Amino acid sequence: MSTLSIHNVTSDYQGQVILKQLDLTLQQGEIVALLGPSGCGKTTLLKAIAGLQAISEGSISINGQVLSGDGVFVASEQRGVGMIFQDYALFPHLTVADNILFGVKGLNKLERQTRLEDMLELVKLTGLGERYPHELSGGQQQRVSIARALAYEPELMLLDEPFSNIDAQVRHEMMLEIRAILKQRNVSAVFVTHSKDEAFVFADQLALFEQGRIVQHGAAETLYSNPNSHYVADFLGTTNYLDVTVTAEQQVDSPLGSVISTTALPHAIGSKGKLLLRPQQILLQANDKGDAEIIERRFLGSVCHYHVLQHGVFLEINSPMMNFNIGQRVQLVIPEHQLVVFSE
Amino acid sequence: MILGLTRSWSLIGYLITAVLLLPLLALIVQATQPDEAVFTHLFDTVLPTYIYNSLLLMLLVGFGSLVIAIPAAWFVARCEFPGRRYFQWLLLLPLAMPAYIVAYVYTDMLDYAGPVQRAMRTWFEWQTPQDYYFPAIRSIGGAAIMLSLVLFPYIYLLARTAFMEQSSHLLHASRVMGCGPWRSFWRLALPMARPALAVGVALVAMETAADFATVSYFAVPTLTTAVYDTWLGYGSLTAAAKLSAIMLLVVFSMVGVERFARRKQQLFQKQSRLNEADRYHLAPTKAWAAWSYCMGLLVVSFILPFAVLCAYAVDYFSESWDDRFWQYSINSLYIAAIVSFICVAFAVVLMFVRRVSPRPSDKLASRLSSTGYALPGTVLAIGVLVPLTYADFAINDLMTWFGAKGPGLLFTGSVFALIFAFCVRFVAIAIGSLESSYKRISPSLDMASITLGQSPRQLLRSVHLPLLRKGMFAGALLVFIESMKELPAALLLRPIGFENLATYVFQFVSDEKLEHGALAAIVIVLVGLVPLIYLNRSLEQSR
Amino acid sequence: MKLLNNVVLLGLAGMTFSATAADPLTVYSYRQAFLVEPILEKFTEQTGVDVNVVFAKDGIAERIAREGRLSPADVVLTSDFSRLMELVEKDLVSPVNSPAIDENIPAQYRSPNHDWYALTMRVRNVYSSKERTGKIDIDYQDLASEQYKGKICTRSGKHPYNVALVASMIAHDGEAKTKVWLEGVKANLARKPQGNDRAQVLAIKEGLCDIAIGNSYYYGKMMMDENQKSWAEAVYINFPNQQNRGAHINVSGMALAKHSPNKDNAIKLMEFLTSNVAQGMYAEVNMEYPVKADVAPSELVASWGDFKADSLPIYKLAENHQAAIKLLDEVKFDL
Repeated sequence: MSTLSIHNVTSDYQGQVILKQLDLTLQQGEIVALLGPSGCGKTTLLKAIAGLQAISEGSISINGQVLSGDGVFVASEQRGVGMIFQDYALFPHLTVADNILFGVKGLNKLERQTRLEDMLELVKLTGLGERYPHELSGGQQQRVSIARALAYEPELMLLDEPFSNIDAQVRHEMMLEIRAILKQRNVSAVFVTHSKDEAFVFADQLALFEQGRIVQHGAAETLYSNPNSHYVADFLGTTNYLDVTVTAEQQVDSPLGSVISTTALPHAIGSKGKLLLRPQQILLQANDKGDAEIIERRFLGSVCHYHVLQHGVFLEINSPMMNFNIGQRVQLVIPEHQLVVFSE
Repeated sequence: MILGLTRSWSLIGYLITAVLLLPLLALIVQATQPDEAVFTHLFDTVLPTYIYNSLLLMLLVGFGSLVIAIPAAWFVARCEFPGRRYFQWLLLLPLAMPAYIVAYVYTDMLDYAGPVQRAMRTWFEWQTPQDYYFPAIRSIGGAAIMLSLVLFPYIYLLARTAFMEQSSHLLHASRVMGCGPWRSFWRLALPMARPALAVGVALVAMETAADFATVSYFAVPTLTTAVYDTWLGYGSLTAAAKLSAIMLLVVFSMVGVERFARRKQQLFQKQSRLNEADRYHLAPTKAWAAWSYCMGLLVVSFILPFAVLCAYAVDYFSESWDDRFWQYSINSLYIAAIVSFICVAFAVVLMFVRRVSPRPSDKLASRLSSTGYALPGTVLAIGVLVPLTYADFAINDLMTWFGAKGPGLLFTGSVFALIFAFCVRFVAIAIGSLESSYKRISPSLDMASITLGQSPRQLLRSVHLPLLRKGMFAGALLVFIESMKELPAALLLRPIGFENLATYVFQFVSDEKLEHGALAAIVIVLVGLVPLIYLNRSLEQSR
Repeated sequence: MKLLNNVVLLGLAGMTFSATAADPLTVYSYRQAFLVEPILEKFTEQTGVDVNVVFAKDGIAERIAREGRLSPADVVLTSDFSRLMELVEKDLVSPVNSPAIDENIPAQYRSPNHDWYALTMRVRNVYSSKERTGKIDIDYQDLASEQYKGKICTRSGKHPYNVALVASMIAHDGEAKTKVWLEGVKANLARKPQGNDRAQVLAIKEGLCDIAIGNSYYYGKMMMDENQKSWAEAVYINFPNQQNRGAHINVSGMALAKHSPNKDNAIKLMEFLTSNVAQGMYAEVNMEYPVKADVAPSELVASWGDFKADSLPIYKLAENHQAAIKLLDEVKFDL
């Protein structure tokens, strides 16, 4: 059964529509990332799920129970959602222990203590219960806020840019850790971020936003390798586009020659379009008589990033071959793969 | 914002706002009653002079405070000289000094019969006032100087902050482009501080308009004294209300200036801080001049008058130290304590509703509730008495109708009227204090608490209140001081026979024998110093 | 919120001046408490009735009017005649039927309608500098003459004592003449009207002016005050208009409040204030002239000599009271 179900949700604020007819479902234990540039409405949707933002149309339900919509509005405090904030939102006047137990109700003293210790152990903060938030590092504070939200035993966890205040060195590790915790507890989560890298690491599903709409929704790999628009393709990574003509069911003709697709193209033969090529989908071969020329080179560690010009077509290519220099001539090869062609 | 906030919260907010707005509405209603004779007479004779005096005084005090305050603010904010750290808060001390006390002390000193003119007469062998010229202290100019001496700290405080928050980078840019300190001041610092200065001048002008005691002591008739005289002298509440309406027009236009300038100010002041190292290190002679200026200002505006008060108190100790002194001190403290408690309680509710309510009307209501601060004490008194008198009679009639004995003048015959008026006037201070405290509480704390299943009440109790403690304390403190100092409203609204320190001291001032009430005056000043010390501590902490 | 209510109610309960308590009398007084307290204490001593006296410099009439039938006031004491008239005009007093009072107070010092009574008299006289002017025979009219240019001091023209003087001028000379006179006096002032009557005497002593207008009893009060004795010694006290209509008299007085909750005891108090005991205290303590014929002024007051008083019935002042205030505004006397 789906934990979260969002149907046709629209929200407007002072006459401006900020969410437009959104649909999204989330299975038990699944983590979805709401991804998009700032101001695209992803945080608004998060707040709408938490009941902190009104919706004007559609419905939001958790475990089949309608929370917003159809004339129903369940107050935030009765929704049973946990929320993690960018600034952690720890209560500065309470100790770590009091913060964690803030939302815990209906337990006796012993059970509360047990819950607290479970949580501290889960987030690896055992022994720090009596500290105050300002005595902890940023990462530790974030772990307290996770513990606080989990101690409340929410149906659904909402995370609002939780990693943006954490140092780059530990961010990756932190994400994996929290992901592991959520998976271990089988908690569904909605995660808001503007960073595709965070989304790839943390989420199972991506929902990509553009100006209040979800433009594509699905597994991360699907969106990356099979985007439904330029916007999605560009947002998830560097792109090259070639003007192509479809010449056969599995073949297009490009300025770099003809390219073979491993799957059938949905386009009519003879139609024109733009072929999407990721930087690693073009191979470089040393060739003094090659048609292409290296015009820029940047070393990125495991790969080298080249700018290449061929017949006036500019391309960005990542290659494990490090030994090409600026001005050197090369040959470009596009291996067979599942082609993505956007119609004109 | 809490979407599901119940209506009862809004209702409480509306109720408080309605109560706080009652005097203003009553005043407007009263002012629209017909009362041709008295008002027309006033209008034909003295009113133009009153209005002229009021406006001239506001202008003079605004200008005077500006001229006094800017150099001090500049020295303290931008220059390094011995004692700078102390001056930055010492120069706030005059705020604790009621203007009429300073006025009394200087009149005593500089009047014809005072030591200064006496010494001059002896020295130059003059006999009569016709032999020489000496400016009259009891004049509109004198009143302007006295008011400037106690009100300049408003502008000083705002200007200092403005100067300090002007980015170091701008200063560097100006230096690199060849502007020395003097030119940087005129071309950069002063123009950028203009909105802050405008806010300060507007505040000073409002305080000037509200002043009753100084102009009354100096026999400079202004709109404030006219309201008082028309009401009590001519016995025409309606004519007094009409005058009040004129006064409100003046005051609200000042409020408008203030609001407008504050918005501008946000454009000019970024939250950047001046580096200690970016202060001009003054050469010894210049440093000495800066020190002298600040010290001179402090002596004239605070140390000297306070010392004279202390001397009075020592000389007349036995006359001052009596039962009445104690009784009136207790009255003052008691009233001030109740008023601060109520103001903070109101402010907490209003600010909480403003913060969490999703309804724009709730936010508007809580904003309107600060309006009372603009009402000068005399004007406010009329606004308070009209509805309370009505209520008193209604209660008595109702009880008589039920066959019970009426309670008499429940509101107007007790300190209720006084407490009510003080709350209307000073709740804005508590609101302001809580507003800045609330700004420091991240909105995500609210969302965290709410999503963790806590009701709005629990949010207020277990998250906001503990975090607002400091702001509540500061607000209560400020309200407390203002309640101790407020004179005209107390004069007009106290139950007959009731005195507090302010009315008691003013009694002595108007009888020309402050010497006998010096002890009470000292208490007012000392209590007024408490928040300044507190303010200073938080200033020190913030840097 | 509950706590808040309790605090407020507690405060009210503590501070309410109950209008309904039967026993103690409430006196609203324009006269300062220290002037009347000794006399009221004597009354309590004699009758066992407690008296709460509350003092206010101005606004008592306005307050009683506003309090209406709920007013706790029993008796109002005023420091001058215009205040009595104000009470009468606003219909805030009730007539008293007491033969004892009528007997004690001569007819010209009480209302024909029994709604107000004078208690003491003082002369609005002219002080002159011993050093520079000497004792003078002066009429009020002379204060406008050229010879006193820049030499006169007075308190605010709007003060009831001065208003009453102006009203008497109007009663005698008419409004037009009085306006010219007021303009003349204003032009002669050494300084803007300010301070109280004593401050004018001090100003003469300091040489700021030579002539001042002031009430007689202040002179006696100053002579009795260690600090102020030297002020009084610098001036002569002159009774004006002795060759013609006589010196302007103003009176302090009393009235019974219309809605007095304790009328019987209130009348008892009023009778006491006209008795020999009280009248004697007024004379000795306050240096005023008692209205009761057989009570003598104090020795000091008597030493200033006899004088001719203006025979204008004082209630005539009432008719010109408003006109006087208007004239003072018109000539901008205080500005």
